[in-house]
Amino acid sequence: MTNELDIFVGNTTLIDEDVYRLWLDGYSVSDAVGLRVRSGILEQTGATAGVLQSDTMDHYRTFHMLERLLHTPPKLLHQLVFQIPPSRQALLIERYYAFDEAFVREVLGKKLSKGTKKDLDDISTKTGVTLKSCRRQFDNFKRVFKVVEEMRGSLAGNIQQHFLLSDRLARDYAAVVFFANNRFETGKKKLQYLTFGDLAFCAELMIQNWTPGAVDSQVDDMDVDLDKEFLQDLKELKVLVADKDLLDLHKSLVCTALRGKLSVFPEMEANFKNLSRGLVNIASKLTHTKDVRDLFVDLVEKFIEPCRSDRWPLNDVRLFLNQYSASVHSLDGFRHQALWDRYMVTLRSCLLRMYHD
Amino acid sequence: MPGKLKVKIVAGRHLPVMDRASDLTDAFVEVKFGNMTFKTDVYHKSLNPQWNSEWFKFEVDDEDLQDEPLQITVLDHDTYSANDAIGKVYIDIDPLLYSEAATVISGWFPIYDTIHGIRGEINVVVKVDLFNDLNRFRQSSCGVKFFCTTSIPKCYRAVIIHGFVEELVVNEDPEYQWIDRIRTPRASNEARQRLISLMSGELQRKIGLKVLEMRGNAVVGYLQCFDLEGESGLVVRAIGTACTLDKLSSTAAFLPACNSPSKEMKEIPFNEDPNPNTHSSGPSTPLKNQTYSFSPSKSYSRQSSSSDTDLSLTPKTGMGSGSAGKEGGPFKALLRQQTQSALEQREFPFFTLTAFPPGFLVHVGGVVSARSVKLLDRIHNPDEPETRDAWWAEIRQEIKSHAKALGCHAVVGYSESTSICEEVCILSASGTAAVLNPRFLQDGTVEGCLEQRQEENLPAGCGFCHIPYDELNMPFPAHLTYCYSCRKQKVPDVLFTTIDLPTDATVIGKGCLIQARLCRLKKKAQAEANATAISNLLPFMEYEVHTQLMNKLKLKGMNALFGLRIQITVGENMLMGLASATGVYLTALPTPGGIQIAGKTPNDGSYEQHISHMQKKINDTIAKNKELYEINPPEIPEEIIGSPIPEPRQRSRLLRSQSESSDEVIELDLSHGKKDAFVLEIDDTDAMEDVHSLLTDVPPPSGFYSCNTEIMPGINNWTSEIQMFTSVRVSRLSNINLTNQTLNKNFNDLCENLLKSLYFKLRSMIPCCLCHVNFTVSLPEDELIQVTVTAVAITFDKHQAVQTTKTHVEKSLQRASTDNEELLQFPLELCTDSLGPHPFSPAKEHLESASSNSGIPAAQRATSIDYSSFADRCNSWIELIKLKAQTIRRGSIKTTVSVEKASPLTEGHFRQRSAPACANSTVGVVKMTPLSFIPGAKITKYLGIINMFFIRETTSLREEGGVSGFLHAFIAEVFAMVRAHVAALGGNAVVSYIMKQCVFMENPNKNQAQCLINVSGDAVIFVRESELEIMSTQQPIASCQPACGGGEIAT
Repeated sequence: MTNELDIFVGNTTLIDEDVYRLWLDGYSVSDAVGLRVRSGILEQTGATAGVLQSDTMDHYRTFHMLERLLHTPPKLLHQLVFQIPPSRQALLIERYYAFDEAFVREVLGKKLSKGTKKDLDDISTKTGVTLKSCRRQFDNFKRVFKVVEEMRGSLAGNIQQHFLLSDRLARDYAAVVFFANNRFETGKKKLQYLTFGDLAFCAELMIQNWTPGAVDSQVDDMDVDLDKEFLQDLKELKVLVADKDLLDLHKSLVCTALRGKLSVFPEMEANFKNLSRGLVNIASKLTHTKDVRDLFVDLVEKFIEPCRSDRWPLNDVRLFLNQYSASVHSLDGFRHQALWDRYMVTLRSCLLRMYHD
Repeated sequence: MPGKLKVKIVAGRHLPVMDRASDLTDAFVEVKFGNMTFKTDVYHKSLNPQWNSEWFKFEVDDEDLQDEPLQITVLDHDTYSANDAIGKVYIDIDPLLYSEAATVISGWFPIYDTIHGIRGEINVVVKVDLFNDLNRFRQSSCGVKFFCTTSIPKCYRAVIIHGFVEELVVNEDPEYQWIDRIRTPRASNEARQRLISLMSGELQRKIGLKVLEMRGNAVVGYLQCFDLEGESGLVVRAIGTACTLDKLSSTAAFLPACNSPSKEMKEIPFNEDPNPNTHSSGPSTPLKNQTYSFSPSKSYSRQSSSSDTDLSLTPKTGMGSGSAGKEGGPFKALLRQQTQSALEQREFPFFTLTAFPPGFLVHVGGVVSARSVKLLDRIHNPDEPETRDAWWAEIRQEIKSHAKALGCHAVVGYSESTSICEEVCILSASGTAAVLNPRFLQDGTVEGCLEQRQEENLPAGCGFCHIPYDELNMPFPAHLTYCYSCRKQKVPDVLFTTIDLPTDATVIGKGCLIQARLCRLKKKAQAEANATAISNLLPFMEYEVHTQLMNKLKLKGMNALFGLRIQITVGENMLMGLASATGVYLTALPTPGGIQIAGKTPNDGSYEQHISHMQKKINDTIAKNKELYEINPPEIPEEIIGSPIPEPRQRSRLLRSQSESSDEVIELDLSHGKKDAFVLEIDDTDAMEDVHSLLTDVPPPSGFYSCNTEIMPGINNWTSEIQMFTSVRVSRLSNINLTNQTLNKNFNDLCENLLKSLYFKLRSMIPCCLCHVNFTVSLPEDELIQVTVTAVAITFDKHQAVQTTKTHVEKSLQRASTDNEELLQFPLELCTDSLGPHPFSPAKEHLESASSNSGIPAAQRATSIDYSSFADRCNSWIELIKLKAQTIRRGSIKTTVSVEKASPLTEGHFRQRSAPACANSTVGVVKMTPLSFIPGAKITKYLGIINMFFIRETTSLREEGGVSGFLHAFIAEVFAMVRAHVAALGGNAVVSYIMKQCVFMENPNKNQAQCLINVSGDAVIFVRESELEIMSTQQPIASCQPACGGGEIAT
């Protein structure tokens, strides 16, 4: 005797968090049943495998029906078919839009196109995330990107409003969108040590300070693109390394202030000009799209790696960067203080966050 | 022209894309009522159109208002070709027709298409202006209230309970009309939906007229069903109990005393002493009214005379026939006379109620039921549905005569059902024979209650168990003892009833769901041969179902069944029987004896061993069950009880396993003569199987209880979490080697597995109880069995349960006090009513017992506040996000967000809140429950009956996720539409919800499936008790959010 039809419909839609996770993780019904059996649920509840199979099928069917609504979360709130308590709705949405660290590091900064989608097979094998789950995460990125791409207002705010995500997750998505839009290179081997958290941190600062939205909250694309004018202006900073007097003065100011305070003072003194040149050159080249994409590679190559090879402690890096940015204010011949601050405040925080093993 | 219907179409949302090119839709709306149609403008290129139409006004008769549904069709405008229909909304405007119910229907309705399901929503406002109509000969019955609830609704009190009302209307089924060959499935489905909607309206109106004629103002326990008779037509029938209700809150607004009897005299069409021989009734061919009868083995079917078509018995119409019992005798006769005078004026003294005002139910005789097999033929003249009427009249007569045989004048907990397969139809009716207190049946007969003193002075809660029949002239030999509570009156050893456990009954331990399941193969046959075969099988099925129930009851160590419902389903090649009931241990009844197995051939050693092994297992199970259900009755020395009457028969009631196979029913006669002969044939493997199957029923996992009555006997501390659900399973039987045994096993497994699945799914609610578990079985095809279950899981507080089990008296008092919310109305009314004439009336005593215990509920309520306020606090951050989002949009950085709160008590707020203005609203929670109440809450208003019928069809079954995906989505949609209608009425819950029909047909080869669903219930507004208290203390607490405000709209 076989069950041709087997359904359970509650007035309040039953959501089993464990099964939801298995479904999100892309397991088939039979795999999910297997995993549930292994979790010891049969012993706990005294249920049979048949019951578990039926229960899992039922939940999967429900999730499948909900998926269409989850693509536009406000619809989930307004729809009438599934009566779900608000806290559960929030959970459904939040989990559906959550992503795996391993996966996001593979996709971050890549164009969210069909081409990338084709590579999901490889990403799946590489990260151990099921292909189904990879697809969901990728489609989520793409969907969010499409919706907020050309929208006015705060990026994270827009995402939160249209996808009803938690504050944290919305900011993460803002980072994903920002990276995808600017196509920052994050996949290079020397960047592998950076976590998504590091990059999202940087993205948030850049969105706050380096986009058109930072100066004017009424422009289009205010949060997704870098401020073109700002990038153009950054060329002016070149004088800091091009003018030898200025460079020497800058160095002496920093050295005076830090003498006796750094454990790596000699190394710093020796490397000052290289480091300064590196940081300023990065700024002045940002008018080229290619160099924008390589921003993180450059930061690692030009600053982090040299410091790391000299075994600077993090605290020394902090002291140096603080002094390095502050001393510029004492350079009488330098007129772009505001510009410098806009650049350096963000960069300093990014570098500090990125400075780890 | 006494009514003006006004409709306004406000907006739509989430419409489907109808124009592929633009990915948009040019939507407009047609509003139709009767023959009149209005249209809105086309709202171009939008999936969220804002029509904001004018008020469309229909000036119509109130007759039409009752019959016709308002039909709203959403279409996509197409310049060049025909406009495409997006979907429809049918709105039953009946709730707007009585003054106390809803005044406006306003809200978002799902737009439903029979092929595509729900496609977006539409916001509609409907109002009715009724003009007073003084026409005496009117055809309408506006103003009569309808309730599905099978007890007196919570915020009313019964002034008079008039009695049975019934009506049926027939029509041709559009699906079988010639035109169906040329029209689309959609058109055909819509024609059917519309027709049934129309017929329901007409039926309700006609019933309403009958009620007005009886001078009533309401129908309680209204049950409407439709029979899809296929070629021969479509029957919509309804039964209910006419009452005169008085709203409790309205202070002393007494209705003018209605002296109904004079009016009712007209209603007596039949002879006073109806001939119980329904056998010979009717001019139709004998085959077509096979009211089978057989004389049942007296010893099993004692209380349940369902198979007891014992027509040889003279119905005891003569009162006080000299056969008076000891003390109660003369009184009984007197009471009977009064009751009878009240009841005899009625054609059918039936009541569809299952719970009653205290004091209403005097004695309960037992279950009465009747079935008859009919051959369907085309209904030639829909306006004269005489044959169907005659069929039912016949069955009702039989029920009435059964009740008389049990010395009862009324039948309570009455219901009717059908099962149809091809052209054969089984009509069934069942109820509980009872003796009622005449006080509620007629107005102004209160003096009759004086005599009751004697009877009802007895310790509370055993009166209804006392036998209503004369012990010297019993309808069947029953085993009687003196009541274990009062020791004065006689009680039977087991009691079967179709009603809920009376609130004043005292029980020991907890109850449990008991099911008897049975299949019988039958040869495929045509027409009359088929009908004969079925008629021949029916008695055996009934008999076996009863034996199974009795055995299972004993196995649980219990002595009474409540809410018994036996369903016999007919299929092409088999009959299925499913009986569900809730077993309890009534303190008033004797302790059930164990089950003993006897073998026929004692000389076979190994067999003997086997038997004794089985016996041991059975005894162990009984002991285990007693522990599980906390059944520990106090030991009572036998001598106090007195000797059994009428003959000192062997007390132990043996398992009649030996006679469970159908071929042995011939042996039934044995039981007349030599009572103690227990014959077990060695080669009777069936019997063995049956014993085994008895033992295979596993109890629910710990923390779970189940029952099919309103509330679980023995649990009285419900907390507020409820989950109503419907579960459907269709199983295919392997075609080969179908025998009765394998069938039985399959069916048993199907039901058991289904229950296990439910327990597993709802495990997060433990400790909880599945209440009102309602199984329905159908046989859609040869090898398919469909089982549909609807029930509600309710959580309860385990710790309090432990405290309360001390003595029965204490417990019963507590129960009374827990229920006082519901009972309040009656004690109140009894108090004013009965104080004068008889100060020592039992009713008053009852009141006192309830009020003296009012300390207890206070404590209980205190905990329930905590619980629900905890739930209420679940104010998710999603709303916060939305608020934030809005502030962001507004550009203002800091707006203090005050979540809109409204006191759910005041209606004005409800109206406001459900107003269409709130376009950006989250959906309010609407609770659904098959029970008549909501735990931890008080129903403040009944908004009207919900009675909806839907058809869903698909030609892309695979694409919709197969049969499971299709039906899952459909049932979810049906729930959604019910909730939307309730919310639009301003309600926040449906009580007494029932899925009356779920007909599923599939054709996987053609990738097609079709399903019909009929649901009903009462739309209500409820308020949490915790909120009530907050309201009363006048302390608006900021974090208090209405948990389930009706049509609730936040932000």
